[in-house]
Amino acid sequence: MRDAHGHFPTVTRALLLGAVFALWPLAAQAAGAIDKQDFNQIERGHYLAIAGDCAACHTLPGSGHDYAGGRVIETPFGHLVAPNITPDPTTGIGAWTDDEFVNALTKGTGRHGDRLYPAMPYTYYTKVTRDDALAIRAYLNTVPAVHHPVKSDQLPFPLDMRISMAAWDELFFKPGEFRPDPHKSAQWNRGAYLTEGLGHCGMCHTPKNFLGADDAGKTFQGYALQGWFAPDITNDPRRGVGSWSVDQIAAYLKNGQNGVTVGNGLMAETIHLSTSHLSDDDVKAIAVYLKDRPGDAGKQEAKAQPAVSNADQATMSAGAQIYADECSGCHAPDAKGVAGLFPSLHGTPFVQQTDPTNLIHVVLRGALGVATKAAPTAPEMPAFAWVLDDDQVATLLTYIRNSWGNAAPTVSADRVSKERAALTERSD
Amino acid sequence: MARKLPHKDVAIIGLGWTGSILANELTDAGLDVVAIERGPWRDTATDFAISYAQDELRYRIRHELFLRNSQMSVTFRNNAGQTALPVRTWGAFMLGNGVGGAGVHWNAETWRFLPTDFTLKSHLTQRYGANFLPADMTIQDWGITWNEIEPYYDEFEYLCGTSGQAGNLSGELQSGGNPFEGPRSRPYPTPPQKQGYGHTLFAQGAAKLGYKPFPQPSGNLSRAYTNPLGVTLAPCTYCGFCEWFGCANNSKATPQTTVLPALLRKTNFEARTECEVTRINLDNTGKRATGVTFVDSSGEEYEQPADIVLLCAFSLFNVQLLLLSGIGAAYDPATGQGQIGRNFTHQTMSSALGFFDKDKYNFNPFVASGAIGMIIDEFNGDNFDHGPVGFVGGGYIGQVQTNGRPIESTAVPPGTPAWGSKWKAAIKDNYLSTINSGGACHGSMYSYRDNYLSLDPTYKDRFGRPLVRITIDFHDNEIKMSNFLTDKYAEILQAMGAKQIVKKPRKAPYDVTQYQTSHLNGGAIMGDNPGNSAVNRYLQSWDVANLFVVGASAFPQNAGYNPTGTVGALAFWAADAIRSQYLKNPGPLVHA
Repeated sequence: MRDAHGHFPTVTRALLLGAVFALWPLAAQAAGAIDKQDFNQIERGHYLAIAGDCAACHTLPGSGHDYAGGRVIETPFGHLVAPNITPDPTTGIGAWTDDEFVNALTKGTGRHGDRLYPAMPYTYYTKVTRDDALAIRAYLNTVPAVHHPVKSDQLPFPLDMRISMAAWDELFFKPGEFRPDPHKSAQWNRGAYLTEGLGHCGMCHTPKNFLGADDAGKTFQGYALQGWFAPDITNDPRRGVGSWSVDQIAAYLKNGQNGVTVGNGLMAETIHLSTSHLSDDDVKAIAVYLKDRPGDAGKQEAKAQPAVSNADQATMSAGAQIYADECSGCHAPDAKGVAGLFPSLHGTPFVQQTDPTNLIHVVLRGALGVATKAAPTAPEMPAFAWVLDDDQVATLLTYIRNSWGNAAPTVSADRVSKERAALTERSD
Repeated sequence: MARKLPHKDVAIIGLGWTGSILANELTDAGLDVVAIERGPWRDTATDFAISYAQDELRYRIRHELFLRNSQMSVTFRNNAGQTALPVRTWGAFMLGNGVGGAGVHWNAETWRFLPTDFTLKSHLTQRYGANFLPADMTIQDWGITWNEIEPYYDEFEYLCGTSGQAGNLSGELQSGGNPFEGPRSRPYPTPPQKQGYGHTLFAQGAAKLGYKPFPQPSGNLSRAYTNPLGVTLAPCTYCGFCEWFGCANNSKATPQTTVLPALLRKTNFEARTECEVTRINLDNTGKRATGVTFVDSSGEEYEQPADIVLLCAFSLFNVQLLLLSGIGAAYDPATGQGQIGRNFTHQTMSSALGFFDKDKYNFNPFVASGAIGMIIDEFNGDNFDHGPVGFVGGGYIGQVQTNGRPIESTAVPPGTPAWGSKWKAAIKDNYLSTINSGGACHGSMYSYRDNYLSLDPTYKDRFGRPLVRITIDFHDNEIKMSNFLTDKYAEILQAMGAKQIVKKPRKAPYDVTQYQTSHLNGGAIMGDNPGNSAVNRYLQSWDVANLFVVGASAFPQNAGYNPTGTVGALAFWAADAIRSQYLKNPGPLVHA
């Protein structure tokens, strides 16, 4: 009666539940088809909590207290603080029922029916199956309870009125478990489930409207946040992952590098905490699904048409000089870099995003590549803010974005200047 | 009163090459390891970034990467009849500082010693008779053989990705490699570096004279390489800023580019920087180390208890800490008794300038690397008959010009004024057409009864601890050898077509202000019994069994090569002994 994962099919479970209710009606709340202390359940929940990257928000780095909350979440509307989700009964979620937990995760409802802010990605987690949600709960029940009160909501008026979120949900929230597409492979469906659900990739990678909701027509086409630009991850051949094979996408998620580029910026943390711990099958499934997201290139007339550069010749030749002096030592004269160490700039999506934020960021401030078990090197890029002025950075980036077959909009000195000012305000 | 920290399995003093290799090996074995380093943390992008790494004034002239003499210095004298004075600016050698140690600023010339170097005393005695050696020469065998150490050389080279051409693969001579090298079990992990025109011309000149030139084994890599720990290094760009500098391109094998990224991921490893170990603590028997005491940058004193102490500082400071901690008996040159401080050696470097016709030769000297170069090994170790020449020892000879850096690359022919327009014109005329191979003759320095380390009676560090005192001079044997090697090198310059040659053989007395190399060795040497050595063949202290003293301090004498390859091999050798023998049965690994 059990499937390959040891779970009872839904219908059977309903029957079992009926039987249990009949025998011990008072134990209804605690009973279920799932043994909450089952090793397999907890292990699966642990894996799913990693896939959902719960720790990214709910663990304050350096605190030594997993899932005890306290990390500040930046949103365009103000700051929220991730709550304590350890089993502490008063400051954590120890006293929550399973239903309350599942509702919070998948419906965005707080324990007492209040609305959560969508900084908690329930708009994605709604696709998580109840089984998986309960497995995560089972795992969270096992982490050390930490007494740590957190005041989550630090938004300004009127956003601090959670009631306003009801209207937001009405407009933008489409609740509902993931429904497999029967015309697609099991691998594709697994990838879709992880990408659209637990992985909540769109949280960073999908453009948002003025109320912070996903711009439904532009799923995964890139979004600026926290001083970075989460790039296009559709199959777009320039800006997206179109030029990467399924294996290269999988390697990037698993190892933090794929011979072409090295994870850095905000994604470095996601790789470190989450994707590098996923199974080979799961990262591959995500890759297969992303390769099937056409992005802009799929529907527009400009399909594989290179963008026309408006960079002038003087800028290009000045940029080439700066590149030779400052960049070619590591990224190589042909811009192909060194696999596993210095990212290629040759046809890579990182340099061809329409939004140049990331390039300006790493040139001004430098970058630290992610280290993983398979690729521990953690390559670094030094900062150039002190050696290149705004004009030079703009010239250099315009050159890089339009050489070796690359094509992307030019970068202005004003834009660099804005980023330089913004960077001095941020510590990361 | 020192604050007592929680116990660790292993406390390592110094996080350079040997400290990081041993930390990695012992954390792999499941031990909880802390490394205590008196210098700062150093990372490529933040400490020697490509946007400023190539700054000769900052790093070469002003010694940015080196130990500050105000934090720790040494005193120096040529002989026991003199009063030693403190070194207030580094000259004859540069002492590394911080994470990575001297492994950050080395040239990355990654050599193996010759098989007979490890059995030097018995070999020379057997071939030439005991009377052939100077009476006060105190060379001895290492207590290990080539076959024992070879696998650990291999391990170090594969860690580093060393670029070179094998000369002897398991007994089969290979063309283009060093025919004199000991049999190696595998080829180098990466092919040799490319060679500049001057280096290539040297090889042609040497071949014309019947020698067998080969590319110098280099830790500046010919191509990208991922080592067994999964750490990736980049190909060298031949920028010519290696020795005295950190490599900005991840192209030079250093602890940072080979070991530390893997080590730092481990939860059973901890590094404490800016923390200076002041002594190794012993229990009341004096036979067992209980840990170390160190002082942090706030002046706070800590005691770190540990089951095993690994002394992995620079050679001089290994010896100083042994003496300060009262481990072993201090060497007395009058009686020859005592092992700590004995057989201190350096190197006997010499060179010659070769001026070439500027209209015919352009060597582009700035295209280079720290370990680029073409070498001959005919006159190293005992690769030739010393009977007729009346000395022992030797060295490799090569065109190993590592750079054309502007401040120092100012060789001009004799007779040129030392300043002014004629001097400038001469530099301009000669910059591109001079072979200026600073380390052309990399001569050995054998050990003598009167060259040693001891605690200075007068000068103390900021904690009131005596500085280590160097007593060293060149002996006739080394001077003869240096003249011989320099002549051989000059003959090759002649064969290359030099129009003028200026020989610069090493001269006595030993001058602490003139840079040679940073290859200081001995003082806590290895050997086969406590009567001739401070540590046994596994670098384990004869006196304190849970203390290992790792590094060039263990060399009984110096060979005609750069030492780091051997230092790395000894680190792996000691690590293996600890893992496979000591942990199973803690105690002396050799019973005297």
